[in-house]
Amino acid sequence: MSLPPTVANAAPGRGHLLRLAPGESVVTLDRHLALGGFSAVRKALVMGPQAVADEVRRANLRGRGGAGFPAGVKWGFLPKDSPKPRYLVINADEGEPGTFKDRYFLERDPFPMLEGMIVSAYAIGAKTAYLYVRGEFVKPIAMLERAVEQLHRGGYLGKSVLGSSFGLDIHVHPGAGAYVCGEESALLESLEGKPGRPRNKPPFPAVVGLFGCPTIINNVETMACVRLIADVGAERFVAMGLPKDGGPKIYGLSGHVKRPGLYEAPMGTPLRKLVYDFGGGTIDDRPIKGIIPGGSSTPVLGSEHLDVAMDFDSVKAAGSMLGTGAVTVFTEGTCAVRLLTRLAAFYAHESCGQCTPCRDGTGWMERVVSAIEEGRGRPGDCDLLLSIANQIMGNTICALGDAAAMPVIAFVERYRAEFEEHVARGGCPFEGGHGHGHGHGHEGGNP
Amino acid sequence: MAPAFSTEGEARLKKLLGRYPDRRAALIPVLHLASREFGFLSREVMEYVAGRLGLPEAYVLTTATFYTMLPKRPLGRFHVQVCVNVACHLRGADGIVEHLERRLGIGPGEMTEDRTFSLEGVQCLAACGTAPAMQVNDDYYEDLTLAKVDEILDALRSSAGGAA
Repeated sequence: MSLPPTVANAAPGRGHLLRLAPGESVVTLDRHLALGGFSAVRKALVMGPQAVADEVRRANLRGRGGAGFPAGVKWGFLPKDSPKPRYLVINADEGEPGTFKDRYFLERDPFPMLEGMIVSAYAIGAKTAYLYVRGEFVKPIAMLERAVEQLHRGGYLGKSVLGSSFGLDIHVHPGAGAYVCGEESALLESLEGKPGRPRNKPPFPAVVGLFGCPTIINNVETMACVRLIADVGAERFVAMGLPKDGGPKIYGLSGHVKRPGLYEAPMGTPLRKLVYDFGGGTIDDRPIKGIIPGGSSTPVLGSEHLDVAMDFDSVKAAGSMLGTGAVTVFTEGTCAVRLLTRLAAFYAHESCGQCTPCRDGTGWMERVVSAIEEGRGRPGDCDLLLSIANQIMGNTICALGDAAAMPVIAFVERYRAEFEEHVARGGCPFEGGHGHGHGHGHEGGNP
Repeated sequence: MAPAFSTEGEARLKKLLGRYPDRRAALIPVLHLASREFGFLSREVMEYVAGRLGLPEAYVLTTATFYTMLPKRPLGRFHVQVCVNVACHLRGADGIVEHLERRLGIGPGEMTEDRTFSLEGVQCLAACGTAPAMQVNDDYYEDLTLAKVDEILDALRSSAGGAA
């Protein structure tokens, strides 16, 4: 089986998922077709639903939304005997700070994701799919609606997909600016028109999901991976990554690197390669102070972790999480306390308010971290922060509580001396504090 | 005057209602539509939406008040939202916010007297690889510098007819 042609396979950090180089515009339907588009749907329709699901399971595709749960296993949780309709819901509520990978598909290259949705809906037996896109993406949402209309006109969607007996409708649904809606049960509540408050589980969405019906919720990048699996087969997909964590991965680089952006590489690519080969190293080659490896909720690592392989199991073994593969680097000169104020404020703002430990704890942590940064810290505040965080961990309905607690614990543990110094001095020892005092833009870019 | 959707708004409403087996699911898209048509979601607009969807007003209120993107107060003609989260912070978002405050003469959560600009510090816009970033109405502006912010503000001002 031949690999699908790609736009810029030779360019570093481009490949099967990331087809456009930075600065290139969008992949149109015609361009997608010229690149072998919809071969995955055609192959899937010949294979049959069960064979497609088996292929995805054998590909060891771990969900790209952050948790890394095997997609094929998730699909297997659907009840076999329910008379209710099944839904496929795609989580395009990209909101984890540091993360900007799904936006690539939503804004510039939507057809691989849409094709993956058709393949997935076929495999799980869904006749309706919803694409829940974060509300800020007003223009991408309008573009996605047009893309769906194009697919209807072309016979790729509707009562008969490519002349088969399989029918599918895809609807684009806007969110409205709530990070918690990236949690899958909150997303369902939001899709139903309610406040995005996560549901108690069990029952899991696969059993009781959207409108009370069996529902599979997958991430945008996961859909592009499903398309790739249906196209090239599980074996080839596994070979593009690791045996137990198959496929390519889109990594994001942000913060104090010379070339921030998105880079595709095999799952398990070492952090060092991402930061130095793709990212060009740090601005002014300053020493690394911290690396947030997978989005703001993942515990901060240090330069001693540069040889960690960026796959779900390896990053976990190193004490953090791969999350969304969104790597944020900060260098010496950055105030860790000040950086944490941003994270603490974020989680306090985004807590849905349903569970007391998270609702009260996130606000309390924000106040304590801000007090330390502003010179009003008290001796014992580090232990207080750890105590609050540890009382949130594991005590909430959804993972937002843990997501808020983990960075606080990791920052206090890694930079404790700096926190203590703030308290002892009664203020921030850093000037500026964001490590950005001397006009550091992109390489050759900003003045 | 009682709120009423425009002809285009009515067409959009009909389309949205066709997407879901349950009318309540259309609520957030319809609230987006309403805030576009009427500027923001006043109590009167929320009552109107409740009536159009055949939903209890409490359903509309409980949803509208949960989401930050559904405006419950008037916004400027240009609503400037600057990301202040981690990636943008590391690339100078604080300086961008200070500059905007100085240029516009307002702080976050405020609106200029002529209602041309409103300013807000917001959470991650998913533009971390092109930080710092801000959103003005539907448009993203990325890789910001102070000079770029000036250019953007000047262009917006002139499109507003030289006001402000």
